[in-house]
Amino acid sequence: MTSFVLRRLLASLLIFLAATYIMYVLTAMSGDPLADLRTSTSPQKAQLIASRTALLHLDVPVYLRYFIWLGGVGKCFIGQCDLGVTIQNQPVSVLLGQAASSTLQLVTFASVAAIILGLLVGITTALRQYSSYDYGVTFVSFLFFSLPIFWVAVLLKQYLAIGVNDFLSAPDIPWWFIAVCAPLLGVFWMIVLPWRGRARLWTFLIALAASAAMLIYLKLSNWFTYPHIGIVGLLVTGAAIAFGVTAVSTGLRNRRALYASLIVVGVGCAIYFPFLYGFSFYLEPWSFALLAVGTLLACFFIGWFMGKPERLPVARTATIVGLLMGFIIIVDRMMYVWDDYAGSERVKGRPIATIGSQTPGLEGTMWVHMVDTFTHLLLPTIALILISFATYTRYSRASLLEVMNQDYIRTARAKGLTERTVVVRHGFRNALIPIATIVAFDIGGIIGGAVITERVFGWKGMGALFQYGLDNVDPNPVMAFFLVTGSLAILFNLFADIVYAGLDPRIRLS
Amino acid sequence: MPDPTPSIAEETNENAIALKEIEGLGQGQIVRRRFVRHRGAMISLVVLAFVVLLAFTSVGFVIGDWHVGGWWQYSWVQAVVIENGGLPTIDFAAFTFGNHPFGQDEIGRDIFAVVMRGTQQSLMIMVIVGIMGTVLGTVIGAVSGYYRGGVDSTLMRFTDVVITIPVIVIGAVLGRTVGIAGAPVLALVLGAVVWTGLARLVRGEFLSLREREFVDAARVAGASDRRIIFRHILPNAMGVIIVNATLLMAAAILIETGLSFLGYGVQAPDTSLGKIVSENQVAFATRPWLFWWPGVFIITIALCVNFIGDGLRDAFDPRQKRMPSAKNMARAEQTESS
Repeated sequence: MTSFVLRRLLASLLIFLAATYIMYVLTAMSGDPLADLRTSTSPQKAQLIASRTALLHLDVPVYLRYFIWLGGVGKCFIGQCDLGVTIQNQPVSVLLGQAASSTLQLVTFASVAAIILGLLVGITTALRQYSSYDYGVTFVSFLFFSLPIFWVAVLLKQYLAIGVNDFLSAPDIPWWFIAVCAPLLGVFWMIVLPWRGRARLWTFLIALAASAAMLIYLKLSNWFTYPHIGIVGLLVTGAAIAFGVTAVSTGLRNRRALYASLIVVGVGCAIYFPFLYGFSFYLEPWSFALLAVGTLLACFFIGWFMGKPERLPVARTATIVGLLMGFIIIVDRMMYVWDDYAGSERVKGRPIATIGSQTPGLEGTMWVHMVDTFTHLLLPTIALILISFATYTRYSRASLLEVMNQDYIRTARAKGLTERTVVVRHGFRNALIPIATIVAFDIGGIIGGAVITERVFGWKGMGALFQYGLDNVDPNPVMAFFLVTGSLAILFNLFADIVYAGLDPRIRLS
Repeated sequence: MPDPTPSIAEETNENAIALKEIEGLGQGQIVRRRFVRHRGAMISLVVLAFVVLLAFTSVGFVIGDWHVGGWWQYSWVQAVVIENGGLPTIDFAAFTFGNHPFGQDEIGRDIFAVVMRGTQQSLMIMVIVGIMGTVLGTVIGAVSGYYRGGVDSTLMRFTDVVITIPVIVIGAVLGRTVGIAGAPVLALVLGAVVWTGLARLVRGEFLSLREREFVDAARVAGASDRRIIFRHILPNAMGVIIVNATLLMAAAILIETGLSFLGYGVQAPDTSLGKIVSENQVAFATRPWLFWWPGVFIITIALCVNFIGDGLRDAFDPRQKRMPSAKNMARAEQTESS
């Protein structure tokens, strides 16, 4: 396995080097970097041209200039990165440091969310092929597939952001809205959930009642002014998570897994109040990360101790439940500072941001900054997700359908395995193989989309760096952009290869 | 999209087709029949044809020095007196179009004419990119899959290198270099970067087809490489190529509009749908119709091409044969047992 990974890594590095060469040469030859000086009427014209030529090594031919740049990048290995200077003599490494974090956040969030959503929807549509749910999702994904991302981004900015902000400034859900919305949600769940016949009517009625109760609760408790989940919400969602995750991961027959998950939920509820009103105030990003890792380890051990004969599946289930519980508690903690955030002087009651990647000059705890990042990421992430979501849904559906028609699935069913085992262990695992390739392939599309989305939302991110470089025929910023996004693409590819090899022994061995 | 619950009339029709398939139709006939049965693809085909006709007949077109006039009274460059504050005069309820159905921009150009011109450009770029990308991808994939060995690994490593660079990024760099030379040149250059996915697919197809008995038979009979590639393997790989060429075109229109939006695509004085959106983005608050119509046309074209691609895929891929729904299965069982 190690030699396989090393071999792949070396091959990707060589390919990446070749790609940087092509990018450098193409960018450098895309225009004349001295164009603005040549037409200038400044008396020191010749001197200016000479100084810029010296600054950017313009006297060296392009195909050799690349190696000057490569030499600077090579210094990264001894800890002094030199990515060159821009046309205005700013060091690119400094600019890159400012730009990279927000873009990487955006790309990672969008990829992860699109993968999770796409897989979930793709698999459920494949399991219910030719249902109205399947046809609906097919049409919607075709529509998403055909949407120009810049157009969607502008629409989100102009309608969704302004609409939501207006709503939040005087949050009240009118009764007519509840009357219209609850039946619609009932119909939605009736179509999505698999039951047929009389059970279908019950699905509709229960979904209608639940949505109506939910909306009325949100209205009466003034939820949008003081958002919260609370201990009751935590208990209810926690129990649902414990049962749901166990049902998919090990099956509800495995009582040990169910009890381990319920214990994790109980522990989560027990530390809820101490966390919310106590030690969460003292957390810094690093201690927060430490706490998160510690929590997951604790959950793993709870599962390990509970699941006597077969420890690993139980430990896995408990860890997933712990991850989701932690996520809900963090969301609740962020809701706790929502009022402070939305009412703060910088935000002025318009919390959904349309410009930039963070509110300048915002002061507050780590939690306030987390909320700030979230509100800024929201719209660009939605715009980016739509298109990748369509791709992943289509591919995971096709891939699972292909697998489910294989003979070994029939064999598995004939052996009398439960439907869960057939779908999750025999079907899903094998369907993941082609999906892993698509995910790696698609990351380039997400990066390209990020360049466009950043422009619409006015982010000072990597996309802006790329455009600045390209507009001034200055390869250094463009290459800095490409270094980061390219290595991200290579990392995702490598990751996909490892997943691939882990899933399919034939690849590992050849 | 096919209807979830096919009517009885359609069902007998489907059975009849299934019977006819056994009767011994040519491959082309089977594919054509299956395609015609795909309702989403047929509707898309009609809509796309309508859009193409509308775009090219309404404002006319220019090829070199050859000007062809259209039936619409305004052209895309001419600014006229602003009526009604530039608001769109189209009225869906009364079904009247008025003088400026899509409205006017701030200098008085008729947006219908501008959008039609943009549609022409975007369609043309789409077709050129599609053809260029398909030819390149097919040639590279075919050569690499058929000859294998050193040729294969060289070409595939080159493909890997090009895939590493996101299409929008390399498109922007190249578009900035050649964009000023006009839309057709831009389209050719874009075609030169989008072939990678198709090349991989065609290579895979060739790798498996070249091991088949009929290729061996042809080789034993003394056929040349050229004859084997063009007469024996290529026709069998045509399904994959045609389907992906269609999907490539749908991607191409989105790439072109995206690039034009960033300012690296079609350059002024020429226009395209993406460029119209980009130019009018700032005026969104005051003149949203400048933004709506080009977007609607982009989505319509891309959606139609995607659906046609889906129909072609269903038509070419016998594994995707439509299963009867559970209800119809049950009905069939009932009639059998009674």
